[in-house]
Amino acid sequence: MLTNDGSMIGVTAQYFAVFREQAGTATESLTTGATTAAELFAEISDRHGLKDPIAHCKVAINDELASWDRPLSEGDVVLFFPPVAGG
Amino acid sequence: MDRRSGKLDFEITDQGIDVDALQRRLESGRAGAYAAFQGWVRNHNDGRDVVSLEYEAYGPIAVSEGERVLAEALQRFNLLKVAAAHRVGHLDIGDCGVWVGVSAAHRGEAFDGCRYVIDELKSRLPIWKKEHYAGGDSGWINCVTGQARQD
Repeated sequence: MLTNDGSMIGVTAQYFAVFREQAGTATESLTTGATTAAELFAEISDRHGLKDPIAHCKVAINDELASWDRPLSEGDVVLFFPPVAGG
Repeated sequence: MDRRSGKLDFEITDQGIDVDALQRRLESGRAGAYAAFQGWVRNHNDGRDVVSLEYEAYGPIAVSEGERVLAEALQRFNLLKVAAAHRVGHLDIGDCGVWVGVSAAHRGEAFDGCRYVIDELKSRLPIWKKEHYAGGDSGWINCVTGQARQD
């Protein structure tokens, strides 16, 4: 998958709780053609075998909760949160 | 946000929650009601014997989103003060995992505001629970089903 202008960007992905265990790492640097957080989630779900539907998960970009259709920029830190279970 | 005005207080802590100290922060001469909720670690879930659990949080967003929930509650329910604390780390059966307290002029606002805060904290904060079972295995809890995950 390529960005609109066909270029790749570098981002950092961070995984929490069950995602960290499934990915086998807490953080990784990625070069991706994904243009949105949702596209990047599909990419990493495929690669790491994450099973949770996107509707049950949350994403934060640069320490702020974000919508899944938020465009990604070079250098973004993207935090993937599996279904929460506080309380 | 209202934190500066001393009306709200939210914390994520790896220490035992000091309920008495938190309750004192809610005192106000205008308050006619105080309502609180505690979530305790129970010894069973979904038919399994639970012996302990771990809470994991992503602190920066858990705190900012927690403060947002408290600010919403202050405004919607006309509360005087609101405070909450959520544990992270290892907890044993009977430990308090989460505490919410509110003060208001009247009981209706206090009950409603307290209920709002605990419901929103549970669904919005990046906090995850891993249960340890009597058989020695463990599992992350899926909030959608309330059951241990099968993956």
